[in-house]
Order: sequence, then structure tokens, then C-alpha cells
Amino acid sequence: MCGIVGLLVKKPQLREQLGSLMVPMLTGMTERGPDSAGLAVYSAPVGERQHKLSLYRGAHAVDWSELLGALVAALSGDHDIHVNGNHAILTTTAEPADVVAHLAVQSPLIAVLSIGRSIDLYKDVGAPAEIAERYGFGSLRGSHLVGHTRMATESAVTPAHAHPFTAGRDFCLVHNGSLSNPHLVRKKLEPLGIEFETDNDTEAACRFFEWRLREGDDLPTAVQRGFSELDGFFTFLMGTDRELLIVRDAFACKPAVVAESDDYVAIASEFRSLAHLPDIAHASLFEPKPEEIYSWRI
Amino acid sequence: MANLMPTASARLDVATRRFDLGAESLRALNLFLHRQAVTEGVSQVHVDNPAGAHSIACGLHAPLDVEIHGHVGYYVAGMNQEATVTVHGNAGPGAAENMMSGRVHIHGFASTAAGASAHGGLLVIDGDASLRCGISLKGGDIVVGGNVGSFSAFMAQAGRIVICGDAGDALGDSLYEAVIYVRGKVRSLGADARFEPMTDFDRESLGKLLGEAGFSHDPAEFRRIASAKSLYHWHADADQEY
Repeated sequence: MCGIVGLLVKKPQLREQLGSLMVPMLTGMTERGPDSAGLAVYSAPVGERQHKLSLYRGAHAVDWSELLGALVAALSGDHDIHVNGNHAILTTTAEPADVVAHLAVQSPLIAVLSIGRSIDLYKDVGAPAEIAERYGFGSLRGSHLVGHTRMATESAVTPAHAHPFTAGRDFCLVHNGSLSNPHLVRKKLEPLGIEFETDNDTEAACRFFEWRLREGDDLPTAVQRGFSELDGFFTFLMGTDRELLIVRDAFACKPAVVAESDDYVAIASEFRSLAHLPDIAHASLFEPKPEEIYSWRI
Repeated sequence: MANLMPTASARLDVATRRFDLGAESLRALNLFLHRQAVTEGVSQVHVDNPAGAHSIACGLHAPLDVEIHGHVGYYVAGMNQEATVTVHGNAGPGAAENMMSGRVHIHGFASTAAGASAHGGLLVIDGDASLRCGISLKGGDIVVGGNVGSFSAFMAQAGRIVICGDAGDALGDSLYEAVIYVRGKVRSLGADARFEPMTDFDRESLGKLLGEAGFSHDPAEFRRIASAKSLYHWHADADQEY
């Protein structure tokens, strides 16, 4: 069992409140996912020549300023780091692949959680309320976010196995359910040069969709293709820099409720995560139908 | 002889109780419904701010009238006996699952497996019901004002399911003795389910049930679905092709 939450605010002035609106949504899913939590938040993109990377050091003693110093010495360009506990957001004009290669050698204990121009990603083990507090989720700003609370059923409880999973640029996915053929998907993708970081079933779905996006599909087309490639139970919630998308498997085994108003689109596994939202009594509520793709753009 | 009967207003005070789940715990509510309501002579209970909580008014076993003002989560009024539970909102998965008797009325929509395994009583859903509505129904009646999702009435053994709107795929798959009445379109029937002619008895009993559920549709607009009973006995020649 797991909990998923998604929120997209429709009015620019509400972007300041994205985090504070979301925290009760995430903590409302604690019973569905008490062992880990995480979220991807999308905000206005960094400068045209810049990218940002969400970095995670966990319990390892990594000195962020030393890491930045080594990066400045090794790669030309402008680099800046914003530290948030054991996470940090690195903004750089260097090519992200070069940064990742540099970190793999110079700071092998660092995990790169996301790469893009709009996405920041946080995830860790622990109760959702603790994690929200740890990283100050309540003060996050942005246009939309994708969050998850995890109750592990098929692989280990580690920060790397927590959701969201990311692949490519500005793409993330969270999953409630379990896939029965992740290894087949992986076998298909690895010969294409796609590397996996964990043995988690969700990562296979994430990398499959991102591969399709790189091959030229738009997200709904990639998801449509996923119906014949991914076997198992899923409610997937996905984010790109412009879009929030939810889809459920043909049997709709895993729950989801959407609340839409003039101000926001809010998605959660259960209504109890939406009950606190402003003017929820007048929002339009529905359950996504099986194998129907619902997406909203900012 | 003195009049020992309480006045109407006093009787109302004694007979009703209001719970605010924003301030009082779900456990206190369910404990009250299970144990104190009858001994304290309370027959009507209002519940405010349910906020999607699970298992509200589960396992009741007395003729109480419970009115829930808002949306509820999983298993509302599960295992109900005798009570009348009304949800002025939507319900999560498993509403009135395993109900034995009484009446449960969802004014909004209901999520998956509404009325699953119910043995008796009446479940009314004004809006849509999601997938697997009435799965393994063992008795009692379900009336859905809107549409039902796929795999509804799967392996339903007894009782009636009335669908005023449309049905999804595999309706009535592997039915036993339960009967389905459907007014709208059926995307597909499940294995061994078949349309059958409506008899006078069907029209009369369906009209009565619709009336009890608060709907005024003409029974003549409905079609009957029941088991073809070809799965009742194993056929060696069928080679598992059903």
C-alpha cells in the first residue's frame, strides 16, 4: 500500500502556497505509507543555460561547500548550491551529464535525485510528517508537485527506493500498486543503454515512460503504450515541467480521487487527504476511471 | 395519573446526538453507536466533518438512524445490521460491505466494491458506483442511480442489483442466483451472464424496489440479466474455454 498526492495550482498567486496546501495532503496519507515519503516540486525554470540537480547525501558526511569547490575547480561555468539538510539543489551552467560524471568520481556517496530546469526533488525514509518538517515542505513554492508516502511491499526501505522516481529531465513518477513484469521491462530497456539504479518495480515504469518521451511520444501517448507493456496494478501520478498526469490500471485496484476547482487540481489516494483544502465543498470530485488518462497543464 | 411521557422537544433532546469528527474521535463515535446509543435511548445520530474517515458506523446492530454529513472513506456502514445509515456525500471503497440488514444510502458516488458480499438489507447509491459493485453479493438489494464500473456483480450468489444507468465490462461474470436489472447500456456481459425476458413478477418487484430506493423509473425500461447456469457443472469437453 502507498499514498499518492498531486497538486497543481491554477492561479499564479497561489504558487506561494503550494507547499502549505500540500503538507496536510501528504501527512493525510501516513497510514497508507508510513515508512518513506518524498515529493517533486516544479517551479519557474532556471535560466536558459542553466540546469538544476537535486542531490542527496543521506547520513554520509559530505561537506557541501567542499563538493561545490571541487566542482568549480573541475568544470567551467557558474555553479551554485542551496543546501536543505541532507539534500541540496545544485544550479549549474555545466552540462548535467558532466556534473553527474564528476560527482560519481569525486563524491560517490552523493545520489542525484533529479535533473532538469524546473524540478526539485526530496525523498527520504521516515514518517511523512517528519520528512515534511525536515525539509520545510510547508514553505515550498511552485506551480505543481507530485508526492508519495510509501509502505514497501516488494523491495527494501531505503531512500533510493522511496518515490518519486525520476528519469531524464524534469520527469518524475510515483506509484501506488505493484508491477508483475518489471524485470522484463528492464531487460528490454537495458540493451538500449538505459541504466537502472535500483531493483524497484516503479523505476522500470518511470524509465519506460521517459524512454518513450525521448523517442518522441507525448506523455499521454507514452502512457497509452504502457498499457500493453506494463503488467500489474498501478495508480501512476506523473509530472513534467508543464504537466500533471494520473492513470489507473484496467482493474482500478488502487484508489484515487481528484478535486478540481477554479484554483487547483488536487489528487490523492483518498479524500481524507483533500478534506482540508480551501473551498473543497465546492470543488468537483471524481474518481479517475480505469485506463483513462487525465492530465492538466500549467 | 401523571403524564410520564416526555414532551416532543424533550424526546428529541434525548433521542438525538451529534458528533463532530473534527473534535471527537472516530472510536468514540463507533463506541457510542455500538454500546451507548441503545442504553441511552438515542435513536438518531448526526455525524459532522467525516473528512473521509474510514469505518464510520461500521458493525452497527441496532435500529439506529445515522446521518453523515460529508464524504466518507473506506467501509462506511460495513457489516450493518438493522441500522439506517445515510451519507450526504461520497463514499470510499467497500461501502456497506457485508451488510446483513438495514438500509444504507449514499447520496453521492461510491468507490469500488460497494455492497460487496452483502447478505441482506438495501444499499442505495444515488450517483455512480465504481468497479466491482455488488461483488459476491449473497442477498439483499443494491440500487445504483448512476452507472456501475466493470466486474460488477461478479460471482453474485443471491439478491438483486439494479443499475439505473450504464454498466462497464464483464457485468455479472460467473453469476449464481442473483439477478441484475439494468436500464442503460452494458459494455459487455461476463461469462455465463445472459439477458432474459422481464416477467410480470420482475416488473412488479422491481417497481417496488425502485420506489423503496426513491427512484421513479418505469420498470419497463429495464432489462433482466441472470445466470445461464452453464458454469454450474464442470464439463470435461469445455477444455476450460468458457
